[in-house]
Amino acid sequence: MTLFPSPLVGYLLVAALLFAIGLAGALVRRNAIMVLIGIELMLNAANLNLIAFWRFGPRPEALTGMMFAIFSIAVAAAEAAVGLGLVISIHRHTGTTDLEKMNRMKG
Amino acid sequence: MNPVFYLLAALTLGGGLAAILLKHLIHAALALTVAFAGLALLFLQLDAQFAGFAQILVYIGAVAILVVFAILLTHSDLPKEGVFSRTWLAGLAIAAAVFAVLGWAVLASIDDIPQQNTTPLATVHDIGNALVGRYVLPLEIVALLLTAATIGAVIVAMHEKERPR
Repeated sequence: MTLFPSPLVGYLLVAALLFAIGLAGALVRRNAIMVLIGIELMLNAANLNLIAFWRFGPRPEALTGMMFAIFSIAVAAAEAAVGLGLVISIHRHTGTTDLEKMNRMKG
Repeated sequence: MNPVFYLLAALTLGGGLAAILLKHLIHAALALTVAFAGLALLFLQLDAQFAGFAQILVYIGAVAILVVFAILLTHSDLPKEGVFSRTWLAGLAIAAAVFAVLGWAVLASIDDIPQQNTTPLATVHDIGNALVGRYVLPLEIVALLLTAATIGAVIVAMHEKERPR
């Protein structure tokens, strides 16, 4: 089972595919919650890259990639809380979470 | 590459794909949880135990629950026009182009990619020491950010009184 020349390449390709899936979800869906789900998938793909580079890169004992991923997880949690709060607030004001109906500022 | 990696990669990518394709939001949230679990297992496979368990706690324990709460609070029927936006083809094309660029970048730099294969030792003890030593300033900033974000989320989502217009 040696499809990839080095294990890091496999992880990087999985992360790239997951990022593309998240981006497609954020761009293609109409519901605001689904867009947030797509953004979460993209953030997770970036975390997978950080951890994979930490594992296979030089000087893993410095823990840089690992720390970056842990802080990124914390920031993503804050982003999810604020984003979903905004969606709930918009739903209360306009009665919809459909992004194509939120066109009040459209010129 | 061992077969476990392929299994976990298939689980993660399948979960992510199902999350953006499923019509019902609750089903999508469940598929998202599967993708998060697959990612946590990939982290464990990469010898990053702390990050893997943090992923389980934060994403499966908090973010997935938050998404489910938001879905229940904004309960809406399936839109008649379908769940995908009118510009879905352009979005799909952009995502495919981004994947092509990322994949090309990875495959083009295949000779320069580092391949150390010594299992790094990252005990919770080491991580705690690094957090209060070298990374103490980012830690404090993240603490402030989390406090501000939770208060901000509550204020944004709080029920406000009807104002006369």
